[in-house]
Amino acid sequence: MEIYVNAFREGVELLRSGGLDVWTIVFTSLRVSITAVVLSLGIGIPGGYLLGTRRSFGRHAGLVLANAGMGLPPVVVGLAVAMTLSRRGPLGDLSLLYSQPAMIIAQVIIAIPVVAAVTAAAVSSVPRELRLQARSLGASPMQEAWLTVRESRMGLVAAVAGGFGAIISEVGAVMMVGGNLAGETRVMTTAIVQYTRMGRFGAALALGSVLLLLIILVNVALTGMQTSAERWERS
Amino acid sequence: MDGGTGTSTLRRLVVLVLAMLVALTLVACVTGTSSEEEPIEVTEVILASTTSTQDSGLFDVLEPAFEEAYPQYDIKIVAVGTGEALALGENKDADVLLVHAKASEEEFVAGGFGIERLDVMYNDFVIVGPADDPAEIGDAADLPATMQAIADAGAAGTAGWVSRGDDSGTHKKELQLWEAAQIAEPTPAANDWYESSGQGMGETLRIASEQQAYTLSDRATYLTQQDTLDLVISREGDVELLNEYGVIVVTDAKSQEGGQAFADWLLSEEGQQVVGEYGVDTFGEPLFTPNAK
Repeated sequence: MEIYVNAFREGVELLRSGGLDVWTIVFTSLRVSITAVVLSLGIGIPGGYLLGTRRSFGRHAGLVLANAGMGLPPVVVGLAVAMTLSRRGPLGDLSLLYSQPAMIIAQVIIAIPVVAAVTAAAVSSVPRELRLQARSLGASPMQEAWLTVRESRMGLVAAVAGGFGAIISEVGAVMMVGGNLAGETRVMTTAIVQYTRMGRFGAALALGSVLLLLIILVNVALTGMQTSAERWERS
Repeated sequence: MDGGTGTSTLRRLVVLVLAMLVALTLVACVTGTSSEEEPIEVTEVILASTTSTQDSGLFDVLEPAFEEAYPQYDIKIVAVGTGEALALGENKDADVLLVHAKASEEEFVAGGFGIERLDVMYNDFVIVGPADDPAEIGDAADLPATMQAIADAGAAGTAGWVSRGDDSGTHKKELQLWEAAQIAEPTPAANDWYESSGQGMGETLRIASEQQAYTLSDRATYLTQQDTLDLVISREGDVELLNEYGVIVVTDAKSQEGGQAFADWLLSEEGQQVVGEYGVDTFGEPLFTPNAK
């Protein structure tokens, strides 16, 4: 037990004194994950909207895929992306393996099903009568879509939170496609694994605490947006 | 309305209790079966070793051979970085250690954490790199000249180096090589050509292969991975590249007898023969040279 108490003290000291290069690692994590979330929203929200509103066989199949995609093991995504981007793989000429773009690609693939499925659930709960009324008043499909999206704001915030949460705490895929290279592709999760393997529990604990704090802060902010949207809807 | 909520809560409670009973019964059955089939009591022994040793595949032969010689022990092999293996020994989370960082091992014993450090086997390190050898280290006079050639090629942008960067035995050997060549330890921040993976030998080799860079590897891991790598052995045979393994029994370990049994077996004629024969079938040469005294 004493070993871990010491590790905790060491971790606090490392953070305080700046002995651990936490900030480069945190910055890389945020840069990669925020880029990935924004890109996945760009595909996932329109995709989720179509899945949630259109009635067709393709829609049903799409929903099954999105929901199954949420259960897709991130490490399998990492394996597939690593094999594709490797020098010996089909896209090897791009030399993308062990770089930030490779990590972003893997994270986008992991996040899209989450964003799409939650968006689909959110938009399908918007009353159909409201959308029909808008159409009957002359709204174009784009305007109808915009209205539906605005009406389901709360659910969309959940989609963002779900997508971000899935990727910021992921470790397998980013380790495999990023390579944990110091100063370039080392993110909080891969660094925690590394320091643990090195026996440096203080550093691992310090990074773990920063990661937890970050996730809490992001969720506080997103929940805040959700409740203000709720207040708007009720008014 | 209240009656309805009360009934459904009760129903949920009943389902939960039933599920727990089923789960407990299943667990009891499984445990009951396994203890009925085992006539001898098996003690767990934890061996902490390194990822490069595991990557070489040596444990796949050591584990069954030891357990056949000593059926009363079930050996669990935890493969981590050398730093963590020594930390596990300090915390008594492991009973016996098999690592390859002699200086750190001697410090470990001097600190009272291990009983004694004994020679087990050695293999050698090799410097691997791209087939076209951009830094021309194949022709270098000696190791210091080799490291200088790599640093120069790196600065010129024609070659790169990937380091383990994880305080492992291999990493410490790499640092010794830079020091012997009187080159200040390179860092990713200061040197564009120098990468640090913070991971095991297998991963580091893959990164070096992708980036067509040089790296230091133990021969065993390189040989087992070479089919999936686009790297060749660029430099070998220098005496500084010897990689010595030591076994240490942890003081006051949980499984003191088991740890000692493993160490004794590994150093015995039988254990040394298993070590010396490993790899001959697959690679035509043994991966390790036994050298217990």
